[in-house]
Amino acid sequence: MISILRTVWLVFLHAFHKRITVQYPEQKPYLAPRYRGRIILSRDPDGGERCVACNLCAVACPVDCIALQATEDESGRRYPEFFRINFSRCIFCGYCEEACPTYAIQLTPDFEMGEFHRKNLVYEKEDLLINGPGKYPGYNFWQVAGAEIGGKGKGQAAHEAPPVDVHSLLP
Amino acid sequence: MISPYPILCIAGIVIVALTIAAFLIWVERRLLALWQDRYGPNRVGPFGLLQVAADAIKILMKEDWIPPFVDQPVFIVAPAIVFVTVLMSFAVVPVAPGIIVSDLNVGVLFFLAMSSLGVYSVVLAGWSSSNKYALVGGLRAAAQMLSYEVFMGLSLMGVVMLAGSFSLPAIIGAQKHVWFVIPQFLGFVLFLIAGLAETRRIPFDLPEAESELVAGYHSEYSGMKFGMFFVGEYMGVTLISSMIAVLFFGGWLGPVLPGLIWFLIKTFFFISFFVLVRAALPRPRFDQLMSFGWKVMLPLALANLLVTGAVVLLWGNK
Repeated sequence: MISILRTVWLVFLHAFHKRITVQYPEQKPYLAPRYRGRIILSRDPDGGERCVACNLCAVACPVDCIALQATEDESGRRYPEFFRINFSRCIFCGYCEEACPTYAIQLTPDFEMGEFHRKNLVYEKEDLLINGPGKYPGYNFWQVAGAEIGGKGKGQAAHEAPPVDVHSLLP
Repeated sequence: MISPYPILCIAGIVIVALTIAAFLIWVERRLLALWQDRYGPNRVGPFGLLQVAADAIKILMKEDWIPPFVDQPVFIVAPAIVFVTVLMSFAVVPVAPGIIVSDLNVGVLFFLAMSSLGVYSVVLAGWSSSNKYALVGGLRAAAQMLSYEVFMGLSLMGVVMLAGSFSLPAIIGAQKHVWFVIPQFLGFVLFLIAGLAETRRIPFDLPEAESELVAGYHSEYSGMKFGMFFVGEYMGVTLISSMIAVLFFGGWLGPVLPGLIWFLIKTFFFISFFVLVRAALPRPRFDQLMSFGWKVMLPLALANLLVTGAVVLLWGNK
């Protein structure tokens, strides 16, 4: 009996406690920099697309929401002909970001992607590309790739070491 | 005592009672949120007041589906019964001096009779639904409301003895010097608990018991029929609160403010208390509920009746 009255009294005292509700549209919650929200495709510092269309993100994706088609430009660089993410399937797990060898695909702290039509949730490459390097400023895959492409031989880029002569016995 | 404009009085009480019942949906959600460190509905209109309108539009637009397996006439009548009985009870509630639909000389008995008839609604709804959960809910409601009505009536007899009348305005008149909550404190507690059980609210919501019976007796209801049960429940809360105010807290009596305002303040205080109890207490097991009613509350009510009777007999009825 006493415990019941005490319960009622303690619950009544909650009227004077601080509210824990976040009044969302007016009051935005804090999102950590590594929050896994809307997916973007970043560019390298020179403004070129970082994505080399290796398909690793599409393979890593547990819900198969990423679709892309690889192609090559005249200098031999691979890039996606189209790159499509179906956000109505995406579970924002971040596996694509982990799988990406060129830091091209990144997740951002933005989750406000509501749409009235489901097909509007399918983002094409133009919707995904941003004009910046995202979380990795200064990183340019082709500068450290060691691969031979048009206009650049093996090890000739600014940040590349020259190729190792595997036949030499010198250390 | 009776208002010179009876039609106006009837219309006023019906409209105000229905409006209060509708707004209780909002009041309850806001108060529950207050005691759970939330805000509750605060988006639609100022302070979320238009939430009521939004809910009403929603529930009226919903498909009013009658399942093919139900006993149709009974299924349709059941939600109306709860509505009608509670509204009938409001006829004897004295709102302010002269504002009462009917000053029956057996007002208390009429109120008890109408709240007893309210059981039919729940039992018939559970029975006609042809659904085992609904039936169990209806059976629980029948058992619970019958056993809690016994001492609900008895707990009021102390008040009736002190006032020497069954008429509610006369009972208020007898509280000019001291509210009956002081000499009849035990009766007040008993009536409060019985009132909670009569309105089937947490902690006595075993007929609905979401966690056990889906939604109990109204599992099969949808649309406005479901809404009728809800408005009926909120009107029941308003009715019990106003009866507590009238029987134990002097109804319209109070200093400075007009009688109507005092009556509303007291009623809203008890409505808020009902919501607070809902926010605080869990639901007992059914056997606990039954043994509490018959083994604790009924003997207490009888003892209260006996002692009050002896005191009135010894010192006379002033």
